[in-house]
Amino acid sequence: MSVETKISDREIIAALQGGLPIVAAPYAEVAVKLGMSEADLMARIAAMKDSGAIRRIAAAPNHYKLGMVANGMTVWDVEDTQVAELGAKIGALPFVTHCYERPRARDQGWPYNLFAMVHGDTPDEVEAKRAEIAAILGDACHGHDILYSKRILKKTGLRLRKRG
Amino acid sequence: MLDDTDRLLINRLQDDLPLSSHPFAEVGKELGLSEADVISRIEAMKDSGAITRFGPFFDVAAMGGAFCLCAIAVPAGQFEHVMTEVNEFPEVAHNYERDHTLNMWFVLATETPEGIAETAERIEEKTGLQVLCFPKLQEFFIGFRVKA
Repeated sequence: MSVETKISDREIIAALQGGLPIVAAPYAEVAVKLGMSEADLMARIAAMKDSGAIRRIAAAPNHYKLGMVANGMTVWDVEDTQVAELGAKIGALPFVTHCYERPRARDQGWPYNLFAMVHGDTPDEVEAKRAEIAAILGDACHGHDILYSKRILKKTGLRLRKRG
Repeated sequence: MLDDTDRLLINRLQDDLPLSSHPFAEVGKELGLSEADVISRIEAMKDSGAITRFGPFFDVAAMGGAFCLCAIAVPAGQFEHVMTEVNEFPEVAHNYERDHTLNMWFVLATETPEGIAETAERIEEKTGLQVLCFPKLQEFFIGFRVKA
């Protein structure tokens, strides 16, 4: 067994979860801290990308700072028998960034089972997009709402709890 | 303020970067920028908050963990206090205030599927408020991109 394989994925994730250092050779810098070679760290990261544990290596933007001031979580009460077919149509719309079927919480006054996140430069733009979704859902939709975000309260990457 | 080059860069950086020992040099080559310019622009955008984080996006589900969207109806007057309590949980990855009776919406990321219910329970104990969990049943799109 080589020395590097003794370093767990968990240790590698812990070293990367706050983000990469913004330096010319970021993996070399992280590798030194982990006590492994840059090549071995990169091979381990490549394996995590292959397995799906790492989706991508990229920047997380703050859309408020980019002028995308209107961010509406549209929620829809869609016939259960049609939610798969209609959800696929809504998810394919270019202005929908996330689209999920989720359980209802009727006893809490929450009848909605389809969530579609819509971003725009203005609330009017978001409303127009919401109307487009409503038109596609038609009679299969029994009610809908939109929840605008007022503030980002927290936004971090994955944080593993300390162990031991 | 972001200039056009910053916007070009931020659009490129939201897509997967090549796994290279000098990733910023590679991105610079694609965009016609020097490595030093790419690095200083990313630093500046992190400082200004235009970029909240740069690095690997982990999928806890692929590692045996779980994500879950949760919401709390926080009574008026308690919001700032409850926000502080909720944000202190390391499992809370994102948290947004929204204009609805259910006015606090956050994503839990835990290392095991059981961790979601366990964490939601601890948040209920801490805040004294009910946590509603909305796990995804089906996903219809993945690939969040904001055009800068």
